[in-house]
Amino acid sequence: MHRALIAGIAIAILCSVVGLFLVLRRYSLFGDAIAHSSFGGVAVGLLAGVYPLWTAYVVSIVSALVITRVKDRFNISGDASIAVLLSSGIAVGLVIIGLSGGFTLDIFSFLFGSILLVSVDDVVLILALTGGILIVVLLLFRELLYSTFNEEQAKVSGIPVEKINYLVVFMAGLTVVTSIQLVGVLLISALFVIPNVSAIMYGKGFKQTAIISISFSIFSVVAGILVSYIFDITPAGTIVLISIGLLAGTMGIKSTGLLSKN
Amino acid sequence: MLKAVEIKNLSVKYPDVKALDDVSFEVNEGDFLGIIGPNGAGKSTLFASMLNLYTDYEGTIKFFGQDIRKSKHYLKQIGYVPQKPIFEKNFPVTVKDVVRMGLQSESDADRIDEILQQLWIHELGNRRIGELSGGQQQRVFIAKALVHKPKLLILDEPVTGIDQQSIELFYSILRELNSKQNITIIWSSHDLDAVNKLANHVACLNRTLFFHGESEDFFSNDDLVKQYSEASMQEHMHHH
Repeated sequence: MHRALIAGIAIAILCSVVGLFLVLRRYSLFGDAIAHSSFGGVAVGLLAGVYPLWTAYVVSIVSALVITRVKDRFNISGDASIAVLLSSGIAVGLVIIGLSGGFTLDIFSFLFGSILLVSVDDVVLILALTGGILIVVLLLFRELLYSTFNEEQAKVSGIPVEKINYLVVFMAGLTVVTSIQLVGVLLISALFVIPNVSAIMYGKGFKQTAIISISFSIFSVVAGILVSYIFDITPAGTIVLISIGLLAGTMGIKSTGLLSKN
Repeated sequence: MLKAVEIKNLSVKYPDVKALDDVSFEVNEGDFLGIIGPNGAGKSTLFASMLNLYTDYEGTIKFFGQDIRKSKHYLKQIGYVPQKPIFEKNFPVTVKDVVRMGLQSESDADRIDEILQQLWIHELGNRRIGELSGGQQQRVFIAKALVHKPKLLILDEPVTGIDQQSIELFYSILRELNSKQNITIIWSSHDLDAVNKLANHVACLNRTLFFHGESEDFFSNDDLVKQYSEASMQEHMHHH
């Protein structure tokens, strides 16, 4: 339980920070696509007898970088490239599962998360990746924010925009696979998107928005884990429903005018 | 005199059209150059080539004596104000956040308040950028372009869709930057009167450069002004 909470909080912070850049780049579903491609990676690992998360990391990050390159090279639109990535991951996974005769139990935990079963090694890995990614975000904060805000102007200021774009995709890949244990493949984009959509309605500046998003995200994850533990229901669904509740509350407050635009 | 910009034999060919044909001109440090030309004259292509946004050109472009193909360092010495800054209306950044993007190093953070005060937008510092009027946003983007103390400012028709009062204020800011702070300015505009009032040099572009020189020489030559006006009129009719 302690392990689940520590891992959950780290993932909550990670997803809301990386997700904020994705949402603002109109890349909200990219996390979902990477998660689906990681499904293919998990299947490869199970078939080859390798720890499935490792193969998931490799397959997800490589395919996310490749699809980004293909998208730029052949001028494919963002949403179409996401659809390609998403369906090819699932297709690879399904074929491999079919070939191997099926391993339903393990696959189930990757689809829906298994945070209560997280091991000490997993927690160490999650904390290390969270720390590493947050350090990179802080070091390259101006470059990340500027190229998200306006790519052309960032380029004119001498920022290597293309490299930064690949860095965002790389960080998204790492984050998604790391978060699979918490909410599973199917609900990952909820953690990327929902707290940030709520926070953008409240926050004025970028840092304020990020802090609000992180708070919403941590609250959803901690409350979700506790509630699901008490009532013996699935943590993934509970976490996502709580964050949807926060979003609904935010929209409600906003529409009654309590949250003024200024 | 030191050259801020030297452009030699610049040509850009797109698949179906020659956007720029053998354009050469120089800009001295401290000059205020107005670039005029009808729609589709190649002004945007010229700026894109100068700003590292389009690299597939023929010829050479030098900033402060350095070929921009060889070194991108010049980008740190220039400020750029686009025609209409494009951003997501709900993007959660304050005016100060936007201006801070223009800073090369966090240690110069004091400059942010200084430049906001200089452009009369100090009281807007903590407002979200998307809540401001077009004229106010334009001043924020000028502040962003100036916060790192550039030697050269490039502006691409920066008054499109802005109210008259903001335009007047904007022009007086440009005049002060050029005359008091000795910042070289390259400014493309449709407004001949404003160019006449502000710029000391004029470049008249219509795929080729058909005039470049002192602004007095251009505006005192009725034939040139007439020729320019006819060219823009033709282009205008062509578009309709």
